[in-house]
Amino acid sequence: MKKLFSFVMGAAVIGTALAPSANAWWWGKKGSEKASITVYTALEDDQIPNYLKSFERDYPNIEVNIVRDSTGIVTAKLLAEAENPQADVVWGLAASSLLVANDRGLIQGYAPKGLSNVKPSFRDPAKKPSWVGIDSWISAFCVNKIEAQKNGLSIPKSWADLTKPEYKGHIVMSNPASSGTGYLSVASRLQNLPSEEDGWNYLDALHENIAQYMHSGSKPCKAAGKGEYPIGVSFGYRAVKQVNMGQPIEAVFPKEGSGWDVEANALIKKDKIKPAAKTFLDWAISPEVSREYAKSFAITAVETDVPLPKGFPSNPEKQLAKNDLQWAAVNRERILAEWAKRYDGKSAAK
Amino acid sequence: MYFKKNFNKSFNILLLRILIIFVFILVSFFIIIPLLPLFLKSFSDNKNNFIGLENFINYIQNPSLTQSFINSLKVAITTTFFSVLIGFIYAYALTRTRLPLKKFFNTFSLFSLYIPPLAVAIGLIYIFGKQGLITQGFFGTIPGFDINLYGFNGIIIGEIFYCFPQALIILVSALNLSDQRLYEAAESLKASPLRKFLTITLPNIKYGLMNSFFICFILSFTDFGVPKVVGGNFNVLATDIYKQVVGQQNFAMGATISIYLLVPSILAFLIDKNFQKNEASLISGKSIPFKPRKNLIVDSIMFIFCSLILILVIGVFSSIVLASLIKIWPYDISLSLQNFRFSNVAGNGYEPYFNTVFMSIYTAIFGTIFVFFTAYLVEKFKPLKKIRMLIYFFSTLPIAIPGLVLGLSYILFFNKPSFSVPFLDFQIFNPFSLLYGTMGILVLANIIHFFTVCFISATTTLKQIDKEFEEVSESLKVPFYKTFLRITIPLSLPTILEIGSYYFVNSMITVSAIIFLYPAKIPVSSVSIVNMDDAGDTASAAAMSTLIVLTSLFVRLIYEFTSRNVSKKSSVWINPLET
Repeated sequence: MKKLFSFVMGAAVIGTALAPSANAWWWGKKGSEKASITVYTALEDDQIPNYLKSFERDYPNIEVNIVRDSTGIVTAKLLAEAENPQADVVWGLAASSLLVANDRGLIQGYAPKGLSNVKPSFRDPAKKPSWVGIDSWISAFCVNKIEAQKNGLSIPKSWADLTKPEYKGHIVMSNPASSGTGYLSVASRLQNLPSEEDGWNYLDALHENIAQYMHSGSKPCKAAGKGEYPIGVSFGYRAVKQVNMGQPIEAVFPKEGSGWDVEANALIKKDKIKPAAKTFLDWAISPEVSREYAKSFAITAVETDVPLPKGFPSNPEKQLAKNDLQWAAVNRERILAEWAKRYDGKSAAK
Repeated sequence: MYFKKNFNKSFNILLLRILIIFVFILVSFFIIIPLLPLFLKSFSDNKNNFIGLENFINYIQNPSLTQSFINSLKVAITTTFFSVLIGFIYAYALTRTRLPLKKFFNTFSLFSLYIPPLAVAIGLIYIFGKQGLITQGFFGTIPGFDINLYGFNGIIIGEIFYCFPQALIILVSALNLSDQRLYEAAESLKASPLRKFLTITLPNIKYGLMNSFFICFILSFTDFGVPKVVGGNFNVLATDIYKQVVGQQNFAMGATISIYLLVPSILAFLIDKNFQKNEASLISGKSIPFKPRKNLIVDSIMFIFCSLILILVIGVFSSIVLASLIKIWPYDISLSLQNFRFSNVAGNGYEPYFNTVFMSIYTAIFGTIFVFFTAYLVEKFKPLKKIRMLIYFFSTLPIAIPGLVLGLSYILFFNKPSFSVPFLDFQIFNPFSLLYGTMGILVLANIIHFFTVCFISATTTLKQIDKEFEEVSESLKVPFYKTFLRITIPLSLPTILEIGSYYFVNSMITVSAIIFLYPAKIPVSSVSIVNMDDAGDTASAAAMSTLIVLTSLFVRLIYEFTSRNVSKKSSVWINPLET
C-alpha cells in the first residue's frame, strides 16, 4: 500500500507541476492583445506557411488561427456549426462547397479590396460576392511510367483513351460520392459530350476499366505514385507535385479538356464580424499572395507574372473544359444518385 | 443507539440514490442528449422540413443498400470470429499458462491498438498492396504472393488488427479473476483438462466471452476507418455514412444510416439483459487466485501462437518505421532521418504531438474515474433498478456510434449557445457550450467514444467480485464508500489500470470524432497525420505515427511496472495468508 501511495503522490506532484502550462491550452486561450481570427481552409498544409508569410509581415497585430482539413470535413464542420459559427473566414475551399454553405445562409457577401483584379469566372457575379476565387484546380491523370511500361501500357492522352480495353483494371479514380475531385471529373464528362446521355455512355465504358473508386481526391494519384495502380484520375496540382517529388509520374492533362472547380474565399455570417476578417480577405486576393498561389497553381484568379509551374500545359486556360459551377451544384444530388445506381451497387461484389 | 444505526443506514441509501441519479444525469447529457438533434434530422430534409420516415424508406429502396448491409454483416461476422478466437487464446496464454516471456507478450498484447488507423493502412499497403513486400516477394528475392488486399480481405485483416485487442482486454479481465479451489476440486474428482476447461473455465468467463463477441461485432460493423482505405469497391454501411456526410454534406441521410447501425447494439443489449439473470459471482471472500502449472506442450503451443500474432503486428509496425525512413517507396529505397523533423512539413512541428499526449493523459484519468464509478454504481447496488438499467443501456450505446457521427452530434449540441423552450419565447443558456473550443470537449468526446469497452470491462470485473463484500460491510455498518475504497478498488486495480491505458492509447490515435472538434489553437497529431498524408507526405505521416506508437509503448511499460506492484497487493486481498 505504501508504494501505491507514493506512486499516487508522485503522479499528483507531476500533475500539479504541469497544471499551469496545461491550463493555457485546456481553455484554448493564450493571453494576448492581438486581434485574432479563425480561418478554415482546405489548402494543403505544406503550402499554408509560405502563403501566410506576407500576411504576418504586414499585419503583425492580427493572429491567424488556421484550421486545416480536407474539403469534405471543412464543409461538414461549417454546416454543423451553423448555429454558432466558429470560423471568421473560409480560405481556399471549393466554390461548390461554398455554394452549399451560401444556400444555407451561412455566408455574408463581401467585396474585398482589389476585387476588380479577379477574373469574372472566378467569382460570384453578385455585387457583394458570396465567394471570391483564388485559383482553379483541374482534373488530370497521374500515370506511373515504370508500371505502365511493366504492364505494356501506352500513356493515355485523353478521356477517350481511358476506355480502351488495354487499361482494364489499371485505373483508379476518386469516388464522386465522397470526393469533390471525383465529382468534377464526372460533371465535366456529362457537360462536354454532345448530350448527357452520351456522357453516361462514356462513364459506363470507363467503369469497365476502373479498378477502384477511392474516397479522396488525391488518393488515386498517390496510389499511382506508389505503383499500386498505373493510372490515377486525380487533379493537376497533385500530379505536378508528385512529379517534382521525384516519383516516376507523368502528369497528363486530357486532350478534351479538364474538369475544374475554383478554390475560393468567403466571409462567415455572424453577429460580430471582425474587421480583421475583412483585412484577411483583402489580403487573400492581393497580387503578392497571388504570386505565391501561382507557384503551385497554373491558373490563378488574379493574373500574375509568375512563370507557369513546371509540368502544366503551356496554355492552361485553354485546358479548361466547359463547366457551369451552378449547374453542377444544382444537379449534384440527381447525378450522384444516378451514378450510385449504375456503378456503386454493381461494383461491390468484386 | 438504535436511532443512530438507522440513521446511518438511511443516509447510506440516500447518498447512493443521489449518486446514481447524478451519474444518470451525466450519462444522459454526454451520450443521449447530444445525439438527439442529429437523430431528429433523420426525420427531416436538409432544409429542416419534417418529412417523417421518408429518409428511411429512401435508403432502403436504394439498391446498393442491401449490398452494403450484407457486406457489413459478412465483415462483422468474420471479424468477430477471428478476433475473439485470437483474443481468447492470447488472453488464455497470458493468464492461465506458464507462457515463456510472458511479460514481453503482455507488454505487446495491445500493440496493434497503438498504431494510428491511417498508419495501419500504410503498413498493410506496404506489405500486402500491389507493390507490397509480400506481394512482390521482398523485391523479387522470393516468390510473391498476392492476397488481393483491396476489398473484403483487406478489411478483415485491418478489422482484426483493431478488434482482437479489444476482445483481449475484456477476456484478460475475465480470466484474471478465478478461483483456484474450483480447479483443485476438479482435480481431486479426476476431471480431464478438457472437462475442466468446458465445465469451469468457459462457464466462468461466459459473460466476458459474450461481451467480447458483441464488442467485436459492433466495432467491425460500424468502423469506417479501415474500409475507407483498403476497402476498394467493397461498400459497407459505415462508408455509406462517410459518403453522405463528408462527401455530400447530407446530414439527414447520414443520421438515418447511423440509426440503422444502432440496431445490432440494441439487440445486443436486450440479449445481454436476459443473459445476465442467472449470473453468479466468482470471487468470494474465500477465493484463492489461480496458479498455472507448467505444461510443456500447452506452453509451447501458446508460445508459437502468440509469437505468430506478434510477428504480424510488429511486421506491420516495422513497415511503418521503414516508410518513415524511405525516400520514395518503392522506387528509391535509400534511407534518411529527414522525416522526423516535422518543422519543415505540415502540422506545426511537435506542438500537436504534445497536445495529444496531454489530451490522452486527461482522458485516461477522468475517463477511468468516471467509467469505473458508473460501473460500480450500476453493478453493486439494489436501489433505483430502472435508472440503473437505463445507465447500463446508455453506456452500451457509444460503441455503435461511428466517431464521425459522435463528432457532428457534439458540434450540434455543445456549440449551441442556448436552448429555446418549446412553445415559450424563452431561451436557456447552455452551460455545456463553455466546453466548446477547449481541450475539455476533446477529452469528453474521447471518454464517451471509448466508453463502452471500458464500462464492460469494469462490469466484467465487478461481477466477479462477490456481492458478499458489500453485504458484510453493510451488516458491519461500514458505509459503502469505505468498502469501495478498501475492497473494491484494490481488488479491481489491475482492471482499473487496464482501462486507463486503454483510454490513453485510443486517445493517442483517434481521428474520427476529434477531427470535427479540435479547436484552432489545439491541433492534435492524429489530425496532422491525416493532413501530412493529404499533402502527399507519407514518410512524415509514418514518422509521426512511429512517435505515437513509441509513446503508447512507453506508457504501457509504466503500466506494467505499476500493475506488477499493484497485483501483488490485490492478490493479498484475496489471499492474506500468502504474505
